Amino acid sequence: MTSNIGLRTLLVLAALGLLGGCATPTPYDYTAFERSNPASILVLPPVNRSPDIKASYSVLSQVTYPLAEAGYYVLPVAVVDETFKQNGLMNADEMHMAPPAKLREIFGADAALYIEITRYGSSYKVLTSEVAVEAHGKLIDLRSGQLLWEGRALASSAENQNQSSGGLVGMLITAAVNQIVNTLSDRGHEIAGITSRRLLSAGIPNGILSGPRSPHYQSRLAGR
Amino acid sequence: MSLTFRAGAATIALALLSALAGCVSQPKPLYHWTGYEEQVYEHFKNEKGPHEQIAALEASLQQARARDEIPAPGFHAHLGMLYAEVGKADQVRQQFETEKTLFPESAAYMDFLMRNFER
Repeated sequence: MTSNIGLRTLLVLAALGLLGGCATPTPYDYTAFERSNPASILVLPPVNRSPDIKASYSVLSQVTYPLAEAGYYVLPVAVVDETFKQNGLMNADEMHMAPPAKLREIFGADAALYIEITRYGSSYKVLTSEVAVEAHGKLIDLRSGQLLWEGRALASSAENQNQSSGGLVGMLITAAVNQIVNTLSDRGHEIAGITSRRLLSAGIPNGILSGPRSPHYQSRLAGR
Repeated sequence: MSLTFRAGAATIALALLSALAGCVSQPKPLYHWTGYEEQVYEHFKNEKGPHEQIAALEASLQQARARDEIPAPGFHAHLGMLYAEVGKADQVRQQFETEKTLFPESAAYMDFLMRNFER
């Protein structure tokens, strides 16, 4: 009898374990983020790992919208870039090496966002020409140096591209024409804007939390 | 009879549509965005001169005032930097001060910029 109960418990536990396995990825641990509670964010010029030299400034010029609309004060990105250069830090890699305490002293921001661009621009892939931008971001508390949040996002022109009929030659021509259109019209910049919003908006799974200037901020505080 | 029915159906359809539109529509942004990110990108691309960028941002400011919207965080500071490029010292200070008033979070950095600009 006792062993029967034991078996039942085991089965229930096993079932629970299975359910746990089915559940979607573990929710992000926001403990450090909530404790830090930053109000202002310094976005450093992104480090670019793609072959397109435009990538860093293209992404940097589009990070303010999602972060500010999420409720944070975002320091003026181009002015910040200028300040770094006047202090002898000429490229993003060097800027990312600057000590958090020094950044805090000059810019007075609560947190800094370090972005790395892993993909930017068009690639000709025989049958499709795709423009994709992928970036990774890390939010660091400038008072403690602690990691508050990190995330990754990708956007691609291929997301809505239906394979048009017209045979192999037709597809090859379409791909070649797309490649030209994608290059000429700064498609990369448009896609980078989508990547940036996917990476840095609040109210999305595992995204950043709403900041003090957001209308959702009070409910976030109340809900924890 | 059929006319009133049709009118009724049309009203319901319209109500449903507006309800749907209500679900889909985005909340109003917190700030006035026209021009800011575009001009930041222009500044980085360095294809147009500062005068053209200043003109675009000043036009956007007029629009923000007319709509009673707050310019995006960084807007006034960026404009101040452009005024520094064309040597309009009084405008530089005014823009940095406005940024500070609208966003007290920027105070430390704006003070840093003004100290450096005066040197």
